Amino acid sequence: MRYRGSAFVAVLVIMGLIVWGISPTLCWSKETYKIGGIFSITGPASFLGDPEKKSMEMVVEEINKKGGIDGHLLEAVIYDSEGDPTKAVLAANKLISKDGVIAVIGPSNTPPTLAIVPILEKAKIPLISCAAGIKITEPVKPYTFKTAQSDVLAVRTIYQHMQKKGIKKVGILTVENAFGESGKEQLQKQAPESGIEVIQAETFGGKDTDMTPQLTKIRSAKPDAIICWGTNPGPAVVAKNVKQMNIDIPLYQSHGVASPKFIELAGDAANGILLPTGKILVAQQLPDTDPQKQVLFKYIGEFEKLYNMPVSGFGGYAYDAMYILAEALRGSEGDRAKIRDGIEKVTGHVGVSGTFNFSPEEHNGLGADAFVMVEIENGTWKLLGE
Amino acid sequence: MMQELLQYFFSGITNGAIYAIIALGFSMLFNSTGLINFAQGEFVMLGALGLITCSRGLNLPLPVAFLVTVIGVSVVGLLLERLAIRSVRKPHPIVLVIITVGASILLKGMGMLEWGKDAYSAPPFSAHSSFELAGATLLPQTLWILASLLIIVVGLQFFYRKTMTGKAMQACAISKRAASLLGIPSERMVLLAFALSTAMGGIGGILIAPITMSSYDMGTMLGLKGFCAAMLGGLGSSWGSIAGGLLLGILEAFGVGFVSSSLKDAIAFILLLLILYVRPTGLFGAKAVQRF
Repeated sequence: MRYRGSAFVAVLVIMGLIVWGISPTLCWSKETYKIGGIFSITGPASFLGDPEKKSMEMVVEEINKKGGIDGHLLEAVIYDSEGDPTKAVLAANKLISKDGVIAVIGPSNTPPTLAIVPILEKAKIPLISCAAGIKITEPVKPYTFKTAQSDVLAVRTIYQHMQKKGIKKVGILTVENAFGESGKEQLQKQAPESGIEVIQAETFGGKDTDMTPQLTKIRSAKPDAIICWGTNPGPAVVAKNVKQMNIDIPLYQSHGVASPKFIELAGDAANGILLPTGKILVAQQLPDTDPQKQVLFKYIGEFEKLYNMPVSGFGGYAYDAMYILAEALRGSEGDRAKIRDGIEKVTGHVGVSGTFNFSPEEHNGLGADAFVMVEIENGTWKLLGE
Repeated sequence: MMQELLQYFFSGITNGAIYAIIALGFSMLFNSTGLINFAQGEFVMLGALGLITCSRGLNLPLPVAFLVTVIGVSVVGLLLERLAIRSVRKPHPIVLVIITVGASILLKGMGMLEWGKDAYSAPPFSAHSSFELAGATLLPQTLWILASLLIIVVGLQFFYRKTMTGKAMQACAISKRAASLLGIPSERMVLLAFALSTAMGGIGGILIAPITMSSYDMGTMLGLKGFCAAMLGGLGSSWGSIAGGLLLGILEAFGVGFVSSSLKDAIAFILLLLILYVRPTGLFGAKAVQRF
């Protein structure tokens, strides 16, 4: 038995030598930078996580092809959170203790992000989240950043458009979940400063089959426009109901439905709906002077060529996060405090979701130009002029 | 004010008629087997998504798609009875009820694998625009739903009262043993009851598909609302199911209109609790409900 045991050790040693010998990363280049990724690759939010994971892998490959950062190659270690805060926490702990990553990108949604923020803050590892919730970066936490546009900006974009149209009174209809609640809060908070009055606020359940009672109530309050805040499929039912009831005031939707799926669900009822969205949906229609146009074309082209699937705005959050991180990594030699400082110094970074200007007080870095208003016309998006 | 009242009413009867059809499925199975099938809502989902697959994916004309879907859904119901219910060694009611709960989770999972997590929409049965009635709008689909409800309930009454099979089915419910002593093939009756009640769920799904969005997880809530409606009207009574469904739908709509939209789902369950407490047999239930 003892003989067999020592033979086993010998085999291990030989195998170790072989691996050590032929591994190029250990012999020929400097240590790799390990970067963690936590995305909802499966589960109900897979429409966010899947393109994010793909975009992150794409950027890592691209940077490595160019020789990495200061000679360090990048390695992505990606875990699936399934949109579940508990699983995100497990993944974050694994990334810190087992994989020893120097920065983390993700998670895709707000609740998992908020769950892992304290862990990463304690471990002093920079986190760039791909989730939209305003609570992630407000108040500012030293190691927490995010690339997705907040609802704050979406609401501001809608209200600016309303001011131009002379809309004073609105009725709002929001979904009963975290996204809808956050939207409702912002809609009511920003209304007075924009000279707009929310005269009727209603909610609907994510699985409701008919919103006519709520719309009837809103209609009887006689608003100038209706704002619906939700993610599919509820807003499509609202769109259908508005058409069926012949309500002829403008219907605004949130950026939560800015995907071709909404147009497919709502059908003809989608026409005439106004909504704020990231520029990626209307990249073709942007004026050539728009600084983002080049970046968008590059991202869309690369993504569609590599994965052979239509691009979505969500993957852009991870794409921007990776490039911002890459900028911060330069010259940091993997020191986490230096990376953190580096991210705060990123300014004028033109990304897929907008132009990022980070600072010690601003950890999202996006301005109101991150959103544009579009109108759905004949089943496609039409960019509305300034 | 009149206009709003009417609009709430129309919205209420649209949803209420759907609840009523689902409640009929519950009622019918209870009538013939004494069982409550908590997977009923999942059959609604199968009906809605099945119709979308048949009419959009396979491009079948609507009547054919309707028929294919209803047959498909009742075949699933038959399989459920054969594989899960019949094979139970000690068919205690509570065991069977829990099996149906398990079946609902299974069906939901299979629905997710088959259709994915996205929602789908279906075109309405007839391409009319909505009717205006005193300022309130009425959807043509609502009329379709109400007409179907009427046809179903009249058909059921005819089946129970005038046909031998229907009478045999009721006999089985009253006493399985006595029925089989009289030469009624009680096992076949149970099978038929399952096929019919799940088909009813499927029809509910088909009717609702054009007015809402259908996805793999739409069934649970609809099933529970249907159950509330059935309890409200009295389990086992067809007219009771219809009254219960319409009442529930209308109360929900008025609740949203006059109280708050966040109370919508609560209304159904508050009613259920009230009815269980005050009148456990339901509004129209004559028979004493057996408690397990």
